[in-house]
Amino acid sequence: MKTYYDPEDLAKFDQIGENAPDLAKKFFDYYGAVFAEGALTEREKALIALAVAHAVQCPYCIDAYTVACLEKGSNLEEMTEAIHVTNAIRGGASLVHGVQMRKVAEKLSM
Amino acid sequence: MIFKEKLENHGLELLRAAAAVLQINVGFKCNLACRHCHLESDPKRPEMMELRTIEAVIACAGRMSFGTIDITGGAPELLPDLPGLVEELARLTPRLILRTNLVALARPEMTHLVDLYSRNRVAIVASLPSVSSAQTDAQRGAGVWGESISALRLLNAIGYGREGTGLTLDLVSNPAGAFLPASQAQSERKFRHDLGIKHGIAFTNLFTFANMPLGRFRTWLEESGNLDAYLKKLEDSFNPCTVEHLMCRTTLSVDWQGFLYDCDFNLAARLYHSGSKKHISELPGLPMEGVSIAVGDHCYACTAGPGFT
Repeated sequence: MKTYYDPEDLAKFDQIGENAPDLAKKFFDYYGAVFAEGALTEREKALIALAVAHAVQCPYCIDAYTVACLEKGSNLEEMTEAIHVTNAIRGGASLVHGVQMRKVAEKLSM
Repeated sequence: MIFKEKLENHGLELLRAAAAVLQINVGFKCNLACRHCHLESDPKRPEMMELRTIEAVIACAGRMSFGTIDITGGAPELLPDLPGLVEELARLTPRLILRTNLVALARPEMTHLVDLYSRNRVAIVASLPSVSSAQTDAQRGAGVWGESISALRLLNAIGYGREGTGLTLDLVSNPAGAFLPASQAQSERKFRHDLGIKHGIAFTNLFTFANMPLGRFRTWLEESGNLDAYLKKLEDSFNPCTVEHLMCRTTLSVDWQGFLYDCDFNLAARLYHSGSKKHISELPGLPMEGVSIAVGDHCYACTAGPGFT
């Protein structure tokens, strides 16, 4: 193994079912149902998935949902804004913990 | 796997059905040089239909009955004899379609054509790849988005795309890259919302088509390193249910010189109707049903997913 991530591995995702087929079936059925058109459109769900893919920093998911977003009719402006949402939440999540830092510091300080 | 083998593996044959559509490609000259163009049309191409070929096409349309006649190019607006062709064909078919890239129509010297189309109840099929100006300009050239919006407003102003006028304005969207189109229904909702809210533009229907791995698009696929993955994507998306409804089964396509094909993509690939070069003036009658249609790997673009023709 030269690298931990190989783009060709994405197409082998279903191999995960070889040693636990019942669990894999439940997962993939659920996965398919999640991304089907519902109260949200498939396009909106793909944009959410793209944002989450960047939050969890999964190269497979970033690859897959970049393609999915384009194929569902999104454009680069929309996809870039989605990543800024990721960034805002990730950055905001760090920053809001500053409140805890401040509480602890204030308690300890004169 | 080549397309012909794929059909055989599914027990399918691509055969002609009753001909219903005459598609007239008036030539490769175009005011644009779109990066996805399967015909490699551009402003420098000299090939345009001459008057004697136009007369042969009109004579054919008069001899035979086509439910639909579809004028395409290049840019049909650049054909000097277009007004005569439109007026003659409008009398010979219940449904005359003209495909436009919109930019050619937006030119001030072309506004008389809008009246011509309206007067002859010509259905307009307009190319608009995306509701994103960046994606549109990336595929079709800088400034195309703005001029396309101007042309759509011009068409809307005389009733095209407006309910109750009977003047049809359909949009055609091709992906701006090596990926498949969005579902037609979802895309139509987005186009209707974005064009309506942001630009006050109405249209009748939206059609989404996959890009053909031919011509300039194929060159781009090769140069960008996307060719193999794109061809695999098309093949992996093969849907046998689409074959029965492919447009090549009911279309007769004629090129600027008058030679016949089963579709505009076979015209680009030089795959002749009934396997040999035949001129429209020699056509004795409508093509026989059951005759084999020439196929190539580009056919995968019409059979992917829900099918695109």
